[in-house]
Amino acid sequence: MKNSIIYIILIVCGFAMIVPFIWMITTSIKSPLEVNKGNVGFIPFEEYSVYDDGTNEFRIKIVKVQTDSSFVNVINSEGKIISSFKKISNSDIHHKKKLKFHFENFSEAFNKVPFGRYFINTLIVSFSVVFGVIITGSLAAYAFARMRFVGREFLFYLFISMMMVPQPVYLIPSYIVLNHLGWLDTYNALIIPWIANIFTIFLLRQQFKTIPQELFDAAAIDGCSRWGMLWKIALPLSKSVIATAAIFGFIGSWNSFMWPLVMIDNPNLRVLQVGLSYFSQEASSQTSLLMAASTFSILPLLVLFLIAQKQIIASFASSGLKG
Amino acid sequence: MKKKKFDFGPYLYILPALVIIFVFRLVPILLSFVVSFFDWSIVGVGKFIGLSNYAKLIYDAEFWQSLLNTFYLVIFVVPISLILSLLFATLLNNIKKLKSFFRSIYFIPTVTSMVAISIVWKLIFNQQTGLANFFLAKIGIDPLGWLAESRGIFLLLLQNFGIEIPHYLGGPSLALFSIIIVTIWKGLGYNTIIYLAGLQNIPHVYYEAADIDGAGKIKQFFKITWPLVSPTTFYVLMMTTIVTFQVFSQIYLMTGPPVGGPLGTTKVIVYYLYDKGFGESNDLSYASAIALVLFAIILTLTLFQKRLEKKVHY
Repeated sequence: MKNSIIYIILIVCGFAMIVPFIWMITTSIKSPLEVNKGNVGFIPFEEYSVYDDGTNEFRIKIVKVQTDSSFVNVINSEGKIISSFKKISNSDIHHKKKLKFHFENFSEAFNKVPFGRYFINTLIVSFSVVFGVIITGSLAAYAFARMRFVGREFLFYLFISMMMVPQPVYLIPSYIVLNHLGWLDTYNALIIPWIANIFTIFLLRQQFKTIPQELFDAAAIDGCSRWGMLWKIALPLSKSVIATAAIFGFIGSWNSFMWPLVMIDNPNLRVLQVGLSYFSQEASSQTSLLMAASTFSILPLLVLFLIAQKQIIASFASSGLKG
Repeated sequence: MKKKKFDFGPYLYILPALVIIFVFRLVPILLSFVVSFFDWSIVGVGKFIGLSNYAKLIYDAEFWQSLLNTFYLVIFVVPISLILSLLFATLLNNIKKLKSFFRSIYFIPTVTSMVAISIVWKLIFNQQTGLANFFLAKIGIDPLGWLAESRGIFLLLLQNFGIEIPHYLGGPSLALFSIIIVTIWKGLGYNTIIYLAGLQNIPHVYYEAADIDGAGKIKQFFKITWPLVSPTTFYVLMMTTIVTFQVFSQIYLMTGPPVGGPLGTTKVIVYYLYDKGFGESNDLSYASAIALVLFAIILTLTLFQKRLEKKVHY
């Protein structure tokens, strides 16, 4: 009894959480005409009118409605007019509904602006960032966790304090720095500033610290160098933390918007989020195309999430635990 | 004994990360102070103007308006998100079947892009063809203006009871409230997951002992769960506050034209600094001053919350 109340609340709230996505998908396959007519519901119905001459049914388009009869155009299945301005009594006209999926909205939206280009740009940026973050992060974390050197604590706390600074604060001066480097409007502006991630360094340092010293000692006796231990001991034992870092890097990079919006002007270098934002201004009145574009922009991460949901949720949950 | 040679190795390991963080974090942060003291634009460095950007801020009505809007956003989003996510986490913690299914459902908005989400929500709030008014119509409520409504929500609410209040007591506009809804919805999954992890850290024996003593579920929540989950609460409070102060994408994509409308009631601080720095006026130094004010606010609140956390320690 009590459990069923819990389930009811969870179902109702769960519905509220995903209803925007459901509506996005159902609207993306609706006929643009129906959407503009105000057919708001979830089912991609198409309304049409027919008239019945007793034996056959004909698709019609109503031209002018009068009190008890109307002028109509009779059309065939392709929408071509067969006979026009036919006068038919209103009692013979019926309004019907039919399910119709307009999947062509997707290809239309995809080809309206170079979304293919945007996807490729985003993939280049995201993969480079993830790769860079793991490399620089592993190296720095390895030194912080397993080596003694002058200034270690100072540098580590300097890094941690930088983590607290919100992006809008360093956005403007970064723009000036990138301008001086001549990197504005290049991939460099989207990739290089992001290939070191303080949170990743922090996570990997915590992980490397948990590896028992005996393993390193044994390797040292076998003549393994410090560099070799990173690759043969530290990294292989840290796969799940590396996966966490990769997930954060990828999702963060894929979804980042304000940074590429500011740093990139060249339409050919637009990433997906920026391209989608421009598309939403261009096609602001074409609801079903906007929904189609939103759907295929969300899809790659959604698929990734559905495949690796356990790992992804565990990663996010671990971000809240205090180190 | 021979003196050990100085080991450069560790510094080489740190070097790649250090260079990036130095050039793209430390230098920019220091630079933003410098920039805010100069008459700096896209063309280059101008003359030293000292604190005059900050003095200008004091008389900038648009700045205060955007600050007020941002505070409205934070004041509504943070507590509502906190309560809802703790509720969801508590419910999820009490079930066995379908637990991970619901967890995933709640989490989907967190991994999806704010840009796509904003486009969808903007259409949901469309007055004629949106889902929001469609649902309201189903339960017999008149359509609302949502993103087009500049009047405050308290004003609109009390109007229904025939009570008139002055505009400045009206609260956030309904348009800003629409943004509040989206912002809560987007962050709820993350906070729920964090709370769920926090709840799972509470030893079960406490609840068993309370059961034996005959304490009801509600009493258990306030006497055991709430105090023991307080470290998580502080974390959620801090993160949500910091993130909400930086809201940008939903404003940029959902409001207007012009962005920040209607009547500037959805203009938030980060959008304002973006507009000043990269919009028509292209005033990077004024935008830097705004960014540093934002930083000061976030820093103050973070330190305040840290102190509070030390006091409330179980």
